[in-house]
Amino acid sequence: MRIQHPFARTLITVRTWPVVIDLVVALCGLAVFFGIIHMARYWWGTETPVVPISHSLRALPLYAFYSIARITLAYLLSLVFAISYGYFAAYHPRVEAWMVAVLDILQSIPVLSFLPPVVLAMVALIPGHQLGIELGVILLIFTGQVWNLAFSFYSSLKAIPREMLEAARIYRYSAWQRFWQLEMPYAAIGLVWNSIVSVAGGWFALMLCEMFTMGDRNFRLPGLGSYMQSAADSGDLDSLLIGILVVILIVVATDQLVWRPLIAWSDKFKFEQVESADRVTSPILEWLRRSPLLNSLPGTIWSRLEEPIYSRLARRAETRLHPYDEDADSRKGVIGFWAFLAVVGIAACWAVFQAAYMLRTVTWADLRLLLEGAAATFLRVNAALLISALWTIPVGVTIGFNPRLARFVQPFAQVMASVPASAFYPILLIGLIRFGGGLGFGSIALMLLGTQWYILFNVIAGAMSIPSDLREVSELYRFTPFQRWTQLILPGIFPYLITGMVTASGGAWNASVMAEYSKVKGETLQTIGLGAQISSATDHGRFPIILLATVLISLIVVSMNRLVWRRLYRLAETRFKLEG
Amino acid sequence: MLEAAAQIEVQRSAGKAIIQAEKIEKYYAQPSENRIQVIAPTDLKIVPGEILALLGPSGSGKSTMLRMLSGLSRPSAGHVYWHGQPISQARVNVSIVFQSFALFPWMTVLENVEAPLQARGVAPEERRERSLRMLDTVGLDGFQSAYPKELSGGMRQRVGFARALVVEPEVLFMDEPFSALDVLTAENLRSELLELWSKKTMPTQAVFLVTHNIEEAVLLADRIIVLGRNPGHIRTDFRVEIPQPRDRKAPAFLQLVDYIYKVLTKPEEAPAQVPDQQAGRRVRDQRQMKYQMLPHARPGGIAGLLELLLDKGGRDDIYRLADDLAFEIDDLFPIVEAAQLLGFLKIEEGDVSITPAGEQFANSEILRQKELFRDAALENVLLLRQIRRALETKSNHTVPEEFFLDMLDEQFSEDECQRQMETAITWGRYAEIFDFDASRRRFVLPEAQEEEAAASEETE
Repeated sequence: MRIQHPFARTLITVRTWPVVIDLVVALCGLAVFFGIIHMARYWWGTETPVVPISHSLRALPLYAFYSIARITLAYLLSLVFAISYGYFAAYHPRVEAWMVAVLDILQSIPVLSFLPPVVLAMVALIPGHQLGIELGVILLIFTGQVWNLAFSFYSSLKAIPREMLEAARIYRYSAWQRFWQLEMPYAAIGLVWNSIVSVAGGWFALMLCEMFTMGDRNFRLPGLGSYMQSAADSGDLDSLLIGILVVILIVVATDQLVWRPLIAWSDKFKFEQVESADRVTSPILEWLRRSPLLNSLPGTIWSRLEEPIYSRLARRAETRLHPYDEDADSRKGVIGFWAFLAVVGIAACWAVFQAAYMLRTVTWADLRLLLEGAAATFLRVNAALLISALWTIPVGVTIGFNPRLARFVQPFAQVMASVPASAFYPILLIGLIRFGGGLGFGSIALMLLGTQWYILFNVIAGAMSIPSDLREVSELYRFTPFQRWTQLILPGIFPYLITGMVTASGGAWNASVMAEYSKVKGETLQTIGLGAQISSATDHGRFPIILLATVLISLIVVSMNRLVWRRLYRLAETRFKLEG
Repeated sequence: MLEAAAQIEVQRSAGKAIIQAEKIEKYYAQPSENRIQVIAPTDLKIVPGEILALLGPSGSGKSTMLRMLSGLSRPSAGHVYWHGQPISQARVNVSIVFQSFALFPWMTVLENVEAPLQARGVAPEERRERSLRMLDTVGLDGFQSAYPKELSGGMRQRVGFARALVVEPEVLFMDEPFSALDVLTAENLRSELLELWSKKTMPTQAVFLVTHNIEEAVLLADRIIVLGRNPGHIRTDFRVEIPQPRDRKAPAFLQLVDYIYKVLTKPEEAPAQVPDQQAGRRVRDQRQMKYQMLPHARPGGIAGLLELLLDKGGRDDIYRLADDLAFEIDDLFPIVEAAQLLGFLKIEEGDVSITPAGEQFANSEILRQKELFRDAALENVLLLRQIRRALETKSNHTVPEEFFLDMLDEQFSEDECQRQMETAITWGRYAEIFDFDASRRRFVLPEAQEEEAAASEETE
């Protein structure tokens, strides 16, 4: 028998409990099964782009179920895509730099810009079924959560120590074995943490995707997002609050039922030589580990599946050891590479041609408006960053320096951050209308709502990482408060602050689409800005404007990353790194 | 025809050898059309029944050699044969024990040992049985369900051995397997390895050990190959005839250790091999090059060594020096070489003796030491001299680091360039030859000297 977790199990007194756990696990499995059946029936039904949204409480569980199913599917899709993309990029040095650059650009594009092409393509591909529209929406959510996963997997692969790879090669691991025993475990922790961020991003996108107009076509799918949107549209504050409450409940439940157990479980993949003292614990995981069913069944199934694969792979001659080349490129892939390059080149030319053809309807006035919008959004994003930094630095440092406070605040803030800011937008907007503030400044507040958390977390982590002996030195030599901040705290948190700001800046650009243009109580609120341009262009079906605005956004974001953030990052890594 | 005949000849002579390398070399192409030669063309054979130790200072390409012989890395030129067959086409059965252990931390000890068998398609029951037996052999009975991070370094390396031996390799490669362990643990593991080997409990025909520990080589090996560096080449290849078990204090043992020290410290008269010119590209032989290779030693270490030497009467055996300091050759050699480069000491026949300049340096107080170091460095180290001159001639008295990196690039690999620059900066800062602004990556003239230089400019 295989003893998987000897240390966890010895602590547990065996009683009749496990039977109950098995029962619960089995019931969960049954629920998932019926859920799938229900979903399939709905998807294969006829196409109904506009589903009437009921505001009754009784409809909520079903809506929540639909939304969760969408996010889950989009997430699974993202995971598969991220792993394939990262894997391909890491092992094909010729295209590696290109693939990373493409990822960088795609990451800077707001979700809404993907909307028209994705939805139109899906509806056209699967006509007559609800599945087409649903897939379109799922793909949109996918674009909101896939990129950081891909980055994470790719960089994990690149960071695998050389001797581990050599061990895998000298013992003739097949690609299959290497993937499951070396690459996936090594990337697991990064993937788990990025999954949390991704799913939060999925919720953010959900508010946008379940209900939208595109030119003369309306789309409204049953789900929490459209429930809240339509509640906001009709000014039904009670329904709106209930919707928000349900979202928060789901987020908290996900955190407790999925993420915490996953984090605790992934602890065993930590690449460390000694066991660390502080570990995340999860009662749910402990509980699940007590289930005899879960302890034996997956392992048995897995090895049943796995063994034939290994013995077949071993029989194939390809598992022979191939020396790798460090200096001379192998000539094998050359033809394939050039063919690939040619296809990409032709596709790119075609795309540019199409785009140019499309853009011919854009007038100079449009262009001027876009550039003005870009300037306005640029200022707004940076204002939001500045304001976040101004309040989060003192608060974060206070929390970070006070471990007891940190222990109390951190889990709470973590949950707060995964509650999608877009859920609170309608409330804020209703407030804005009531008190007569314009969206010009209001949108900054909306951006803040989504982005400040990243900075806060990083500042807390940074403050906690400042060694206590350095703090003691500053006390011993009676540093003035000014000295303390400029010579100890700010340099100490600098790398973390930069990490937080980079993430927040990307998030703020993406949020601009929602923050600058909203429909509440039947009115459309908007202000000058690139995000507003994209939103209104989607509403009116003006694709050239969307295209141009998207290009502008990704140009600004990518060049900001290259020119400003990357430099600061390098500075953080060299000069402000706290070593030893 | 001729080629075919040569092929047959190779196969015949390789009949006995498990692995045979023919004129294998390694070089890295540089952007500047130059090549950095890491290993000069080398012939080498691994034959059944012996432990072969490859010994050399850092930078002699020991690990690169191991990777070429084990088939992990392809030589830039030359061939490696496995039982007479080119190694890339043969079904090779080797294992490597790594310096860092390279165990998979998310797998239990047993799973780690089982994994290579799984790769070979061995059935689960047999896999388990063989792995447990091997764990028993290396003394890890009862630890099978532990995770590597719960074990001590020595225990972890035992897992590394078990994993390597469980596939019953014909050749067991070991890449400095004991150097990450503390002295006692390493000693314990060494003797256990010898026991396994001599009692034939391990199913291995030959062992190839890479090490920079001279005593370890003499203790374990039946044959020792000493590598020289820049580029890596064989300096000597000899059999160790002392019967096992060997006594570290026995005269024959000490003699052999002393002999290896002598070989390692003796300057080489001629390049071991004429650089190969066949590919048309220029191959730089680093011994004929403009910049000396700076040994990566700190000024403090140099001063400490000279003071110790002075205490011992100004002359000592390198081997005894290393023993006193409990240094391995990789720790001691850079310091000795640096002192030699600066003209502070001389090496002859494995002995080091302090020069008058060195004596003066060792006897001076701190500020005077800096001055002496500065004079010696400016006189003997071309790179430092160039940096200094460039700083004095430029009107703003500052030069970017990149400028000199570009010049070093002609001669050294990228990593080595960085290391050379780091050493030069350490020496230059200590001797106040220049100051280095790390955030702007620029050399600057120290203030006092700047004023001086400015004054001399005015008078000119």
